[in-house]
Amino acid sequence: MMLVEAHQLSKSFGGLRAVDRVDFSVASGSITGIIGPNGAGKTTFFNLISRALPASSGRILFDGRDVTALAAHQVARLGVARTFQATTLFADATAVDNVLVGYRQRTKSGVLDALLRTGRLTREEGEARAASRDALAFVGLDAFAGRRAQDLTQEQQKRLAIALALVAKPRLLLLDEPSAGINAEQTRGLISLIEEIAAAGVTVLLIEHQMQVVMQLCQRIMVLDYGRKIAQGTPDEIRTDPAVLDAYLGRH
Amino acid sequence: MELFAQQILNGLVTGSVYSLVALGLTLIYGTMNVPNFAHGQLFMFGAYLSYALVMRAGVHYWIAMAIAVVTLAIAGAVLERSVFRPLRHAPPLNSMIAALGVMLLLEAVAQNIWGPEFRHTDTPYGGIVSLFGLPVAAHRLILLGAAAASMMALLVFLTRTTAGAAIRATAQNPEAALLVGIDTGRVAMATFAISAALAAVAGALIAPISLVYPAMGTVVTLKAFVIVVLGGMGSVTGALIGGYLLALAESLGGTYVSATYQDLIAFVVLALVFTFRPAGLFKAAV
Amino acid sequence: MHLLPWAALLAAVIVPLLLPNEYYLQILTQGYVFAISACGLNVILGLAGQLSLAHSGFFGIGAYALALLATKAGISFWIGLPAGVALCAVSGYAIGSICLRSKGHYFAIFTMAVGIIIHLVIQKWESLTRGHIGVIGIPGPGPIGPISFDSTLARSYLALFFLVITVLAISRLVRSPVGRTLMAVRESEPLAAAVGVDVMAAKRLAFTISASLAGLAGGLFAGFIGFLGPESANVEMTFNTLLYVMVGGIGSLAGPVAGTFIVYGLSQVLAVLQHYQMIIFGLALVLLILFMPAGLAGAARSLMRQRVSEVKPS
Repeated sequence: MMLVEAHQLSKSFGGLRAVDRVDFSVASGSITGIIGPNGAGKTTFFNLISRALPASSGRILFDGRDVTALAAHQVARLGVARTFQATTLFADATAVDNVLVGYRQRTKSGVLDALLRTGRLTREEGEARAASRDALAFVGLDAFAGRRAQDLTQEQQKRLAIALALVAKPRLLLLDEPSAGINAEQTRGLISLIEEIAAAGVTVLLIEHQMQVVMQLCQRIMVLDYGRKIAQGTPDEIRTDPAVLDAYLGRH
Repeated sequence: MELFAQQILNGLVTGSVYSLVALGLTLIYGTMNVPNFAHGQLFMFGAYLSYALVMRAGVHYWIAMAIAVVTLAIAGAVLERSVFRPLRHAPPLNSMIAALGVMLLLEAVAQNIWGPEFRHTDTPYGGIVSLFGLPVAAHRLILLGAAAASMMALLVFLTRTTAGAAIRATAQNPEAALLVGIDTGRVAMATFAISAALAAVAGALIAPISLVYPAMGTVVTLKAFVIVVLGGMGSVTGALIGGYLLALAESLGGTYVSATYQDLIAFVVLALVFTFRPAGLFKAAV
Repeated sequence: MHLLPWAALLAAVIVPLLLPNEYYLQILTQGYVFAISACGLNVILGLAGQLSLAHSGFFGIGAYALALLATKAGISFWIGLPAGVALCAVSGYAIGSICLRSKGHYFAIFTMAVGIIIHLVIQKWESLTRGHIGVIGIPGPGPIGPISFDSTLARSYLALFFLVITVLAISRLVRSPVGRTLMAVRESEPLAAAVGVDVMAAKRLAFTISASLAGLAGGLFAGFIGFLGPESANVEMTFNTLLYVMVGGIGSLAGPVAGTFIVYGLSQVLAVLQHYQMIIFGLALVLLILFMPAGLAGAARSLMRQRVSEVKPS
């Protein structure tokens, strides 16, 4: 059962093809990795899947449904969550307020509810706070709920970004270089967190530079180079693929 | 036919002013990504300085203009150093608000020095000459020529000198400019100085044939924004051509369509452009 | 800390009774009205992070709606006021839907053009608005039951009532999921969209609320003063309101109110200031953005934070 399918997905900037006719799919419940040299189009590919960027051509299916024409927030509400490479948070807000925003898509209260403090608002606020507490606890930040996001350490910010992505119980989680900017020990912690996320039934798709992280976590890997898919397979297949070796080693 | 010819001439005169101001605005936007809401006030100061020097100090017109240009160039550089440089890494909102503050400040300073009255400057070219049988105030022709010469000088500077190349490179891509070793701080300061100088030229040129008053800059700023948005934020050619086009549209529209709503033309055009192209005419909506 | 709003309210109720003359009372009333407008600007600028320069255009729409309905159709203040607010809400929604598709600088320039268009239309459409001459003889609020609003004192309390409602409404909004959504949009649009926030809808909502509050202030202004000229919709008015918000503290609840009273109050009360008013305003705006971008409220906040950390070092 495929959760995400990309068909001939392309994105051009001016004359440059950042993503070039990529066919790709992610199996439900799996941890899948995308690797490739710098500038291979990995993040652009992520932005296409999460609809942060419109595709130039091609189609994206999520759970069998064509989402190519949807806006980013609509795809998010279908259950696609993501983190950003340069860990993006609502910097000036507290950790718990960050996560609460992530739960907003599950609630319906509007301006009138806010002005009149309706029962629905109170009930939904209760739900949202409970879900946010759970999400913060899940990533190990329950003690830092009241801390401003920008005052957290790099590792804590990464965990907060994951809590923010997870709080609305997405079906797919896109992680853009989760291990960037943190040390080896913190990376090990993050790997086990990702494994827990997958064990809880969330499909994970990640971009990663550190080869051992990818090899350890992922059941399947896609390799991009100059926007093209040059290989796809299990970690063992990728390790010995001549095209991959050439892309990584041939140019140094 | 004579009316039409007069309106074309009026359009070219106003267009010279628009283009000179819009060129500065677009250069500043291109190199520093700041919409300088105070730019028309620099133009206004240019007009006032030349007025004060000619009418109160008895300085010759061209010397007065030269002094105004140098003064404004220095003022522009100071403005960049003291206000906009410290805000380079702040959110874009901050530099916009700072520009609005500078705008209010400059207008108020002019009002305090010279009062709210309309002023008028004498020109050594006060006569009427005949141009293909059309009676034309001589100063208008001087204005057209001097404005064109200033723009030519700017283009030569931008295309033929190293400093000009640095400014163009920065306007096209600030990060890349920094990478190839261009001192973007100096470029920003130079750009501000040049832009303020161009505005001063425009102000000094228009002072003898138009009224000088503290609020004269506001409308010009707004028109210059319209031009720069139409011509492409950061585009030199766009500002140059756009200035003349807008002024011609206004003077012909004001004559043949509606004089009452002449001032509205520019803003309606701007609103229409943004309605259909939210990111302007010349930038792809990413 | 929670005593502060109540103390401010108590002071607001008592102060009008202590003022020596009508003149000060009128300034106070105007201050309340401009504070409502400043709160409105703060919704789009401070909460949603968008610099709208069309603000006084909506102030003008609200004011002229009330003025023209009253003088041309004999419609009372109490109908004209909500009608003006509704007109601002509808036009705010429509204009917001278009303008907000442009971002950052483009949005500021676009809204500035819209503000100028509204001002010029009011000024030039002489058959409707009487242009520069303006509208005179606008009736003020009629009595509600036994309460009459003919005295300046009663009107100042009426303005205070609307201001309190405004602040209360915004405070409830800020502390609700809607407020957090706006915060998210202000802090990072891509992240907000990635967690399912409809960024456009959120900004449009803020713009509509902002325009409605400007319209409310405009309506009160027209009804209280009794006459109205096109300069009430001038872009300069937006700049003044911007200064009130910046001085008090962008994005804070009480900031715009405090900023209005400090700037507008001082400029009216101190005669010395009047001559140099705009010089000081302009300079203040530049210095604030350079050295105190969060305004007085921000300064107070960081002072508090400092004191808290001194008390219990972490």
